[in-house]
Amino acid sequence: MSPTNIFAPASTSAHAIVQLSIFVVAIAVAVFAVVGGLLVYAVVKFRKRRQEDGREPAQIYGSTRIELAWTVIPILIVFVLFLASARVIFSVQAAPHPPSALEVTVIGHQYWWEYRYPGQNVVTANELHVPAGERTLLTLLSADTDHSFWVPRLAGKTDLIPNHPNTMWIEPSETGLYLGQCAQYCGTQHGKMLLRVYVQTRAEFDAWIRAQAAPARTDEVSEGRRIFEQTACINCHAVAGTPANGRFGPDLTHLMSRETIGAGIARNTPENLRRWILRPDDFKRGSLMPAMGLTDSQLDAITTYLTSLR
Amino acid sequence: MTTDPTAVTTTRMGGRPAALPARRPFVDTLHDWVTTVDHKRLGILYVGYGLLFLVFGGIEATVMRVQLVRPHNDFVAPQTFNQLFTMHGTTMIFFAAMPIVFGFANYLVPLMIGARDMAFPRLNAFSFWLTAFGGLFLYFSLVGGYGLYGMGTAPDVGWFAYAPLTAKTFSPGHATDYWTLSLLVSGFGSIGTAVNIVATIVCMRCPGMTLGKMPLLAWLNLVMACLVILAVSPLTAAQLMLLVDRYLGGHFFDTQAGGSAAIWMHFFWIFGHPEVYVLVLPAFAFVSEIIPVFSRKALFGYPAMVAATVAIGFIGMSVWAHHMFTIGMSAGANAFFVLSTMAIAVPTGIKIFNWLATMWGGTISFKAPMLFCTAFLFQFLVAGLTGVMLSSAPVDWQLGSSYFVVAHFHYVIVGGILFAVFAAFYYWFPKVTGRMYGESLAKVHFWLFAIGFHLTFDFMHVPGLLGMPRRIYTYEPGRGWDAWNLIVTIGVLFQAAGILAFVVNLVRSYLRGRPAGHDPWDAWTLEWSTSSPPPEYNFPTLPVVKSRRPLWDLKHPEDPDWTYE
Repeated sequence: MSPTNIFAPASTSAHAIVQLSIFVVAIAVAVFAVVGGLLVYAVVKFRKRRQEDGREPAQIYGSTRIELAWTVIPILIVFVLFLASARVIFSVQAAPHPPSALEVTVIGHQYWWEYRYPGQNVVTANELHVPAGERTLLTLLSADTDHSFWVPRLAGKTDLIPNHPNTMWIEPSETGLYLGQCAQYCGTQHGKMLLRVYVQTRAEFDAWIRAQAAPARTDEVSEGRRIFEQTACINCHAVAGTPANGRFGPDLTHLMSRETIGAGIARNTPENLRRWILRPDDFKRGSLMPAMGLTDSQLDAITTYLTSLR
Repeated sequence: MTTDPTAVTTTRMGGRPAALPARRPFVDTLHDWVTTVDHKRLGILYVGYGLLFLVFGGIEATVMRVQLVRPHNDFVAPQTFNQLFTMHGTTMIFFAAMPIVFGFANYLVPLMIGARDMAFPRLNAFSFWLTAFGGLFLYFSLVGGYGLYGMGTAPDVGWFAYAPLTAKTFSPGHATDYWTLSLLVSGFGSIGTAVNIVATIVCMRCPGMTLGKMPLLAWLNLVMACLVILAVSPLTAAQLMLLVDRYLGGHFFDTQAGGSAAIWMHFFWIFGHPEVYVLVLPAFAFVSEIIPVFSRKALFGYPAMVAATVAIGFIGMSVWAHHMFTIGMSAGANAFFVLSTMAIAVPTGIKIFNWLATMWGGTISFKAPMLFCTAFLFQFLVAGLTGVMLSSAPVDWQLGSSYFVVAHFHYVIVGGILFAVFAAFYYWFPKVTGRMYGESLAKVHFWLFAIGFHLTFDFMHVPGLLGMPRRIYTYEPGRGWDAWNLIVTIGVLFQAAGILAFVVNLVRSYLRGRPAGHDPWDAWTLEWSTSSPPPEYNFPTLPVVKSRRPLWDLKHPEDPDWTYE
C-alpha cells in the first residue's frame, strides 16, 4: 500500500476531495464506455469488406436534431460537474476555523522545510508535528523560489510562493506518519525535498512541544561546540541558547529529536550525520550545504556535539 | 512519375518541377532551398526541422526514462535531469510540434483553398528562419551557457520557467538567457507565420470558395493562427520583461525586490493553454480531412464543426488559470476557471461525435492514415476525459503537478496530436513526394508506436494517483511507484522502434516508392486536382469551386454536393 495514495485519505479535506474524485471518475468512465463503445461498433460494423462493389455509401451531411442532442447532454453533464466541484471548493477554501486551531508557519527553502509555531515559540525543520482530531492552519511562505506542500493523504497541495503568502488547513483523523514531498519544481534538489508529518495524540503533541520549546542543553562548552561556533556553521544554523543564530539552514536546537536529516532523505544516525557534514553531495548533490573541509578529529567533535542536541 | 498535361513541368525560376531534372550542383540546390519563398518548400523545411527536433526531444525523454527506471537510480546527475526536462519540454512544444503544424499549414492551406502561394511569401521565409534560429539559440546554450569561456550548460528552469527561479540569483550564467532569447526569436517567427495564414485564408481563396465552402482544415488553421497571434504575444512580452529583470535591474518577477511570481504564471499560461489548442486544432484539421475520405462520406455536420472550432478558440482564451489552481487564488476565481475549462468539453465533444457520425454508415478502409486517425479518436477521448477530471479544482489540488498531469498532457500531445500528425504524414506523403509510402511498414510503425504509447502513458497515470510529483530526478522506494515506472520506461523502447520504422519508411519511399499519381486516395479537396508533387505555382489556372468537395462534384456530376449545401 502506497503511503502517498490519494485514495487513502486521513483528513477532512482529503476525504471531501476523494468523494468528488470518485464522482468525477464515475462520470468519465460512463462517458468513455458510451463513446468508446460507439467507436468500436463503428470500426467493426462499417469497415470495408472485400466483396463490396466500390459504390460510394449514402452521403449524409448532418442532422440538426441529433447534433442538438449531443450538444445539450454534455452541457448538462458539465453543469452537474461544475456544481459538485464548486461545492467542494467553497467547503475547503471558505471553511470557518475554530479559534483554538493550532497555527504553524511553513517556510519553503531550497530543498528543506522550516516550521514555526509562533504561539508556542518553537522553530523546527523538516518534520511537522500536529495533533490528531484537531484543525491545524498552515501559513505558507517561501524564502527563495516556488515550492508546494503536498501530503496526499492529508490535503491537496498548495504552493509556497515568495511575496505571496498562502494558507491551507489539515484536520487529520488518525495518528501516524504521513509522507509527501515538494510538488513545485524549485531547483536542483527538488526531488529530495521530502515532507514528513507526524500526527500525534494531544498529550504526545503537548509533550513534544514542551521539549521543543526548551533551550538546548548547554551545560558544558565542548570541543565540538567550540568548532561549530567558530566555523561558518553558525552563518546558517541556529542552536537556541547559544551564539549560533543563522537562519539559512535548518534549526539544530533539538536535532536529535528528528528521525531524518537532509529533508527526509536519510536516517538521523551519528554515521549519517558525520558523512553529511563531510560530503553533503553524497546524499544530495547540489544542496546548499557546503562541504566544510574539516579534519577527521574536527568532524568527530562536531558530530559528538550535534548528537548531544536532544 | 505521372505526366499531367496541365502541370508546369519546367521552370526557369529554380522551383522544383514535377520530374526531377538532370543533376544540379549541390550548392545550387542548397541555394534554392535557403532562398526559397515557395510555400511548399517552406512547408517541407518547417516539417523537416520539426522532425529533427522531435528526435532531439525524444532522446532527452529516453534518457529521463532510463534515470527513472528504478528508485535512487544514478544514471544522470540531478542538475542534468532538470536540464533534460527543460530542454525536452521547450524543444517538443516550440521546435517540434509548432514547426510541424506550421509546416503542414504552409504546405496545405494554399493548395486546399486554390491559391498559388501564401499571401506574403517573403514574410513566410523570414518567419521560418526566425523559428529555425530560435531552435539553434536554445541548443547553443550547450556551448555558450556560461558565457563561452566556461563549460557550456543548458537551461534548467523547467519549460514554463516559473519566477523567481529564472532570476539571476537562482539561475546565474547565460543558459536561461538562451532559453529566453530562443523563445523570443521563434515567437516573432510564429506571429509572422500566423499573420500570413490569416491573410492567406481571408484574401486568397479561389473563385467560388466562400468561407462556408472552405475545407474544414482551412477553418481550423484560421482559428489556430488567430490563437497564435493572441497567445504568443503575451509570452513574447513576458520574455522581454524577464530580460529587463535579468539585465536592466527590472523587478517584474524578482520577488526579492518586491516583484510578483504569480504575474509570470499568468503571462505564461495565457500563452500556455491556448498553445494546446494551437497544436490540437491542426490535429483536428488532419483528422477532419482524412476520416471522410477513408470512410467515403462527407464530413458530418460541417456548420457545427466550424462553430465548435470558433467556440474552442474563444473559450480557450479564458481557461489559462486552471494551471494555477494550487497557487492560492480565491474560491470564486477557482470556480470560474473550473466552469470555463469544463465548458471546452462541449465543443470538443461535438467534434468527436461528428467524426463518429462521419464514420457511421461509411465504408471505412483502414490504411495507415485511417489507423492513426482511429487511434487518435480513442486516445483523444481519454485525454479529454482526464482533462475534465483535472478541470475540477479540488481534484487538481491532488493531481496537479503530479505524474497524472504528465500522463494527461502526453495523452493529448502524443496520443492526440502526434498520432494525427502521423496520419497526415502518410496521407499527404504521396502528394508531397509523388511517391507512395510502404503500407506494411507503416502498419508496423502504427502497432509498435501504439503499443509503446499505451505502455508508457496509460501506466503513467498510476504513480500520479499514488502521489508521485513531476520533475523529480529520482524517487524513494516503498511508495508503490517502482513497478509503474519500470513499465513506463519499457514502453519507450516500443515507441523508439516505431519512430525508426517511420523514418525508414519515409526515406525508402522517397527514394524508391512507386509513383502515386494525382489522387491516390480518390479524395475530394483541391490539392488532389494538381500533380504530385504540385508544380511551383500549384494551379496553372485558378480553380473555380461550387461546394466544399469540388472533386466530388467533378467525379459525380449526376449528384454534386452543391445541390445540398
